[in-house]
Amino acid sequence: MQKLGDFKLPHFFNYPPYFTLQPVRDTREKQIQLWKELILDYCRMQKIFVIGLEEDFPLFSNSVIERSLSHEAREAFLSALVSDGRAEWLDKGHRKCLILWHRIQDWADIILHFVKNNALEDSVMTVEEIRSGVESRGTELQGIDRTILMRALKLLEQKGKLAIFKGSSTDDEGIKFSV
Amino acid sequence: MAGHFPPAVELTTSGRPVLLPNEIECSILSSVDLECDEIPTFPLLKSGIIILTTHRIVWISDSTNSSNSAVAVPLAAINHIFSSKKGIKSMFSSPRVRFQVSFPSAGVPRSAVITIVIRGKGDHEVFVSKFWENWRARAWENDNNNNKDSSSSSASGPSSTGSGGFYSSEGTVRMVGVAGILRKEQEMWENTDKSLQEAFQDLNALMSKAKEMVMLAEKMRQKLLSSTSSHSGATNDDEVASKEEIQDWLLSVGIISPVTKESAGALYHQQLSRQLADFVRTPLDIAGGMISLIDIYCLFNRARGTELISPDDLLQACLLWEKIDVPVMLRKFDSGVMVIQSKSYSDDEVLARIRTLVTKPDALQFGVSASDAARTLGIAPAMAKEHLLTAESKGLLCRDVSPEGFRFYINLFPEINSEDLYLVKDYTVYASWIKATIANRPR
Repeated sequence: MQKLGDFKLPHFFNYPPYFTLQPVRDTREKQIQLWKELILDYCRMQKIFVIGLEEDFPLFSNSVIERSLSHEAREAFLSALVSDGRAEWLDKGHRKCLILWHRIQDWADIILHFVKNNALEDSVMTVEEIRSGVESRGTELQGIDRTILMRALKLLEQKGKLAIFKGSSTDDEGIKFSV
Repeated sequence: MAGHFPPAVELTTSGRPVLLPNEIECSILSSVDLECDEIPTFPLLKSGIIILTTHRIVWISDSTNSSNSAVAVPLAAINHIFSSKKGIKSMFSSPRVRFQVSFPSAGVPRSAVITIVIRGKGDHEVFVSKFWENWRARAWENDNNNNKDSSSSSASGPSSTGSGGFYSSEGTVRMVGVAGILRKEQEMWENTDKSLQEAFQDLNALMSKAKEMVMLAEKMRQKLLSSTSSHSGATNDDEVASKEEIQDWLLSVGIISPVTKESAGALYHQQLSRQLADFVRTPLDIAGGMISLIDIYCLFNRARGTELISPDDLLQACLLWEKIDVPVMLRKFDSGVMVIQSKSYSDDEVLARIRTLVTKPDALQFGVSASDAARTLGIAPAMAKEHLLTAESKGLLCRDVSPEGFRFYINLFPEINSEDLYLVKDYTVYASWIKATIANRPR
């Protein structure tokens, strides 16, 4: 079976029509469904948070059968993810797309879990520490996209689980947990 | 005839009379009654279409009725045509033509007078003069001679004789007043017509030769047919194929009596439509039930030879099929391509053939293009593309657009599990597709 890095590709990745946006509705819906699943799987495995439509994205072309997705097709598949709540456009021109293989709510739960596991219920951390600190090593939070992390933290702040405050010395924001 | 007069006429499925060999239609009028008081069994023949041919007068009931009935009076049975009386009265009532026929009734020869009442707007004078012409031309006797001695078929075609004009002025009475002016005008027309005819004499000669050619072609076809059937076992495939090809050519040469604007007048499109419906059946069968309008246009005009029709006439004729009961129909695809298909034709059959085509190992891996499909299905590429697009819209196929071109593949999407992208069920098309691609992939 074909691989992309260490990502195992499904058989249908070599099916040429998979790379042409299908005009017939039923066929197109199924095609979009398969692309959504594959994009989410791939991004989850490769820890990819942002897909740039105008940049080379390994999943969007297949050198074995010499096919690649048109811009229209890329936008169609990512838009489908956006309307599912599994992605968000980062700009109005739809050039960059934030991929949420975990929804923001799920990311918030992961943070809470992380706080409890590390007994950080009443401590203070910086946002950068959550992304790259010793505690987060080996967890899903390691290397998390900053935009996603901030969105999850803000959600928790609204629920009163923590407070975000501007640090005095650095640009970085501080987090005061109160779980 | 079983004592019945006039005898019934066999009609084609589209409601046109089956013509005798060498019989040619000359004039058609609508809303015509046939009346005869002297024969008690004479049927009620009201407001039908009357077709004058070189051999017969054919009366067909009006076409909107699906159960057409038709009778014919052979010109050979006519003893006498009565000159039409011109008078004040005749200007206000429907024109009538009376003629006397003789026929055997229960073994005894009888005669009776039949009246043609022309209620329609058609040019009845032309009809009457053609009637005279044809009756005097005695084309049916020519036929008998030709049959006896086919080598001397020096084409004394009924259209070339009979225009001798000995009788053209018979039965007309010079009149004063409005009728006289009309008469004068008519004469002027006839004179110009005569000079035109002289000018076109060469053309007529060419056309009468064309008829000979058609007869020759028909004869050759018969010979070919009989020779292939007699020793078909001995000939090799090549010979058979070339013979079949020649037969096809010959077959497409001959519409002996094309419907023309001249002969059919106002009924032109309707009659053309019926003739076309009869004609398309053979090419339709060969093409598998569907054929493009352009192909038919070429075939039909080739078969007509000299009396070509315009593309618009063809389209009009096809559009009229909706109104008359014929076994063929015009179909317009979403793309605008128009085709003729037989009513018994089913898309399912074509879909089944396409399915077989795209599930072959090669097609599984590389798909099919419109020209591939055209070759396999034996149809024109434009039609093949329409079929493929139809199959796509029904979910059988899906497309692949790449720099290499536009190709169609069997639709695997429904068989792929979106819950588990790696799952492949056995005995699915998806599984055989994987097998075909892995087997052929260069390593």
